[in-house]
Formats: sequence, C-alpha cells, structure tokens
Amino acid sequence: MSSLATITTQVAEAAAPLDGRHPVAGLLERVRAGREFGPNVYSTLDVLWVLYDRVLRIAPATVDDPDRDRFLLSKGHAVAGYYAVLAAKGFIPPDWLDDQGGPDSRLGDHPDRTLVPGVEIGSGSLGHGLGLAVGSALGLRAQGLLDPRVYVLLGDAELDEGSNHEAIAYAGAVGLANLTAIVVDNSSATYGWPGGVATRFTVNGWTAATVDGHDQDALHTALTGHHGHRPHVVVAVVNNGEQA
Amino acid sequence: MNELSTVAELSMRDCFVDTTTALLAESPRTALVLADISAASFASAAVRHPDRLINVGIREQLMLGVAGGLALTGLRPIVHSYAPFLVERAYEQIKLDLDHQAASAVLVSVGASFDRAESGRTHFSPADVALFDTLSDWTVHVPGHPAEVSGLLRATVAADTSAYLRLSTLGNARPYADAGELVVVRDAGPGAALLVAVGPMLDAALAAAADLPVTVAYTHRPRPFDVAGLRALAGTEVILVEPYLAGTSARVVSAALADRPHRLLALGVGRDELRRYGSAEDHLRWHGLDPAGLRRSLTGFLTPAMASI
Repeated sequence: MSSLATITTQVAEAAAPLDGRHPVAGLLERVRAGREFGPNVYSTLDVLWVLYDRVLRIAPATVDDPDRDRFLLSKGHAVAGYYAVLAAKGFIPPDWLDDQGGPDSRLGDHPDRTLVPGVEIGSGSLGHGLGLAVGSALGLRAQGLLDPRVYVLLGDAELDEGSNHEAIAYAGAVGLANLTAIVVDNSSATYGWPGGVATRFTVNGWTAATVDGHDQDALHTALTGHHGHRPHVVVAVVNNGEQA
Repeated sequence: MNELSTVAELSMRDCFVDTTTALLAESPRTALVLADISAASFASAAVRHPDRLINVGIREQLMLGVAGGLALTGLRPIVHSYAPFLVERAYEQIKLDLDHQAASAVLVSVGASFDRAESGRTHFSPADVALFDTLSDWTVHVPGHPAEVSGLLRATVAADTSAYLRLSTLGNARPYADAGELVVVRDAGPGAALLVAVGPMLDAALAAAADLPVTVAYTHRPRPFDVAGLRALAGTEVILVEPYLAGTSARVVSAALADRPHRLLALGVGRDELRRYGSAEDHLRWHGLDPAGLRRSLTGFLTPAMASI
C-alpha cells in the first residue's frame, strides 16, 4: 500500500486540470481506459465534485467517524466519476483506477462498501439507496448524532422503482430533516415524470430545489439549501448525451 | 415450572412483543422496524422510544431498507411482519440491504406456513426457511412453544449476526430449552431410525412414532443445523419432519451423511397450492403432517413391503 503522502502527491499530479477540463478529468480518463462511457458518467460528475469538494464533512481520515456526513450512491452504475472523485480526494490510491473491473480490482462496475474505503453502500440494483439513507438518517438521529447529514444520489430513471416512493412518502411524513436526496435528471426515465421530478417529493412534504446539473455554484447553493424540519431534494437537470 | 406455566397462556407473538418491549427499554442499541403489522401491540413502547420504534406503514421494502440503514449506523434492528411480507416480498432487500452491506438484523415473523388458514395463499409462507438457505450465514430459529421464544430472541439480539425467528400459532405441549442442538426426546435404542422434528412438529411426530422403532430428536434451530448431533445419532435411516417446505433440510442432511449409505425421508409442507381455507389443523392433515399422516409416511418408509399390502 502507498503511504498517504505518496498518494497525495500522486493525486495532485493526476488531478491537475492541465487544459482547463474538469478537475478529475485526468483520473476519469484512467478509469475509462479507452472505453466508451455512457452519458450517465458525465451527468453525475459535477454533482459528485461539488459534494466532495464543498459540501460533505468527510475525509479519508474520518471514513469511520460516527459524526461524519454520509454519501450514498444509489445509482451504482455512475461509478466512474465516483471512483475518480474518491481518488482525487485521497480516499483510494489513483493506481486503483488503472485496473478498474479487473480480476484483482476492488473497483467493480458497481461499488462495494466492503472493498472501497469511503463507499457507504454497495449498490447496483436500482431503488435501494433511498431506503438505506432513510434508515441511516433515523439511526443517526436515534443515537443523538444531530450534526451529520445523509446525502443519497439517484437518477430520474431510477425513480421508476417503487421502493423509492415508499421512502419518499415516509421521509416526508415524519419530517426526516437530516436527509438530502439528489436526483440527477437526464430525462432517461422511459415514461418521464410529467410535472417534474421535484413534485414527487414536494407533494410529500419535502423542500426542493431544481438546478442546472453542471452549474457548480447553483449546485452548492441547492445542496446546502436545506432548512427547518423537512427532508430536502435537489434535482440536478442535465441534457442527455451531453458530455461535460 | 412456575415461569413456564405463567407463559403457557401467552402466544409466541405475545412473548415476542413482551421481550422486544423489554429489550427496547434495556438497550439503547435495540431498534424495532414495523410495517403496520403488530404496531398496536407496541403502542406504549412507541411512546417511550419514538426514535427506535419505527413503523413505516405498509411498506415492506422500506422496512428492510431502513433496517439496513439503522444497522450501518450501529443499531441492532429487529424487523417484524407476516412471514410472506417479511421474507418473500422484500427478499431482494434482505439480500442486498442487509447481507450485501455486511449489515445484520433480527427478522421475526408470524403466520408461518398456514397459521391463518382462512386467509388463503397470500398469507402462507412455507418457503421462507428455504429462501434463507439461498443466503449465507443466517441463523434460523423455529420455536415449538411460546416459552422458548424469549430466550431465543434475547440471545439472538445480543449476538451481532443475522437471524430469522419463525413464530407460529402451532406448537407442542411443553417447551424445550437449549434445543439448538438436537435433543433426544424418545430413544428407541441402537439401530433405530432417527426422526428429527423441527419446532411445532414434535408432538405430532412423537404420536406418529409411538410404537415404531424410531428415535425422535427435537431442534428449534434448523440453521445452522446440528450436524455433529445428527452424525452421532443417525444410523442408516433418517426422517425429517419440518413445518415448512418439505425437503428444506434434505440438502443439509445429505451433505452431513455423504460418507455413509443412508436413506432419507423428508416430510413437510407440499408445493401444491391447495386453494382451500379451513384451519391450520386442516392444512396439517392435507399435507400429511398430522399424526395419522405422519404415521402412514413412517410405516411406508420403514417397511416398504408392508405398505404395499
């Protein structure tokens, strides 16, 4: 294993925005290794970066701290950007990115919390993250841990899974105020969400903000815009097929 | 026996409610997750422990997801509903929200295979224990008497592994403590066939085997099955009598005795959907699990030539 100092140096080099691209573009290229990425990889990148760079109170040294914020990636296929951001922030060595999906790799096409430091849940089958997030938020509150916040990232197509609607209705009904859901809306749900994704949450008592999913300042404002006694949802709208 | 006579009038479900209520008061780590079923029985506990007694409404997927999340933050969740809704409806949540997360919980069901016979197929769950056999490292308790419930539940909650308690309105006349390992209830001597009765099936099995050369052993913990006890007691003929899907433990017994020539008769609930109501006792009879039906199966197995006469 590399020492933390070595990793930090590697990260600084690997993550340097040499040509004005995204801060993790170089790391993402190492994960991509010549493969074609679907739009879902790029649609989540700005949200992930803003969360880890500006919002979440979590660091490589605090991945087991009961008082840390939790980030749960529910749409587990959006993993390339996730691994790149975890590497950029020092949770995993950048070397791990070069063999992603290999027989000896800890980095699958869906993340496994028991294999990857900093990963809070194993995901891949859609519709599991929000329920786990509700349970995590309840568990923290029951133990008097009132500072940590639970963030969970979903996709608009993932909302097709009915399990999400069990969680949305319940969290709203009980005013689960330490929960933030982020829905990356790249219009990929087969039948769409007439009236908008946010209405599914607000009708159940959540507060909501719908923003441009590539506008990092707007994302930051929305992701920190929770207040009072309700769960909060941020709908990050991106254009399908766009590769930011 | 005073304690046992006191609880004899309580159902397994009553004992579950009482013990869980006590555990919520005793340990700040204990949490209970419900999906409306039995919520009224926990109404006073819910007032005392509003943060750890969580009723999510009729939402079984969320019930298991919440349990997984609670466990990830360090709590010890107990999850409870009717067996088909707890185990079958939310099976993927058990697989992924608990096991795949390396999180554990205690699942406690009521209803069993056909306790509410008049409710029909939707409330039957003969396949529940077989489903846990598709996962790894689950402990399964199937108590045969209300007085066995509290001790099993307390020990299970105190451990940190995942476990399933299958409660039933059916049961035996007397409880057996510490019957995780096989307990010999009737010893027919050397060379006798071994009958293993699980949970509520013991009394019917004893009646069926009354004057037959059959040693009867009892367990209320089919998983992990007491393999060492089985090898010590078994000769060449083994009979399983289980209150859930017939053959559920055949795999375990066959593996345990793979190095010995043996014959195995695995009795339990059949796979056919009967589309009949009636009582649980009626269903026991229709599945051949009443004393008369068991006896027919036993004599046919032990004396094949006689059975055809």
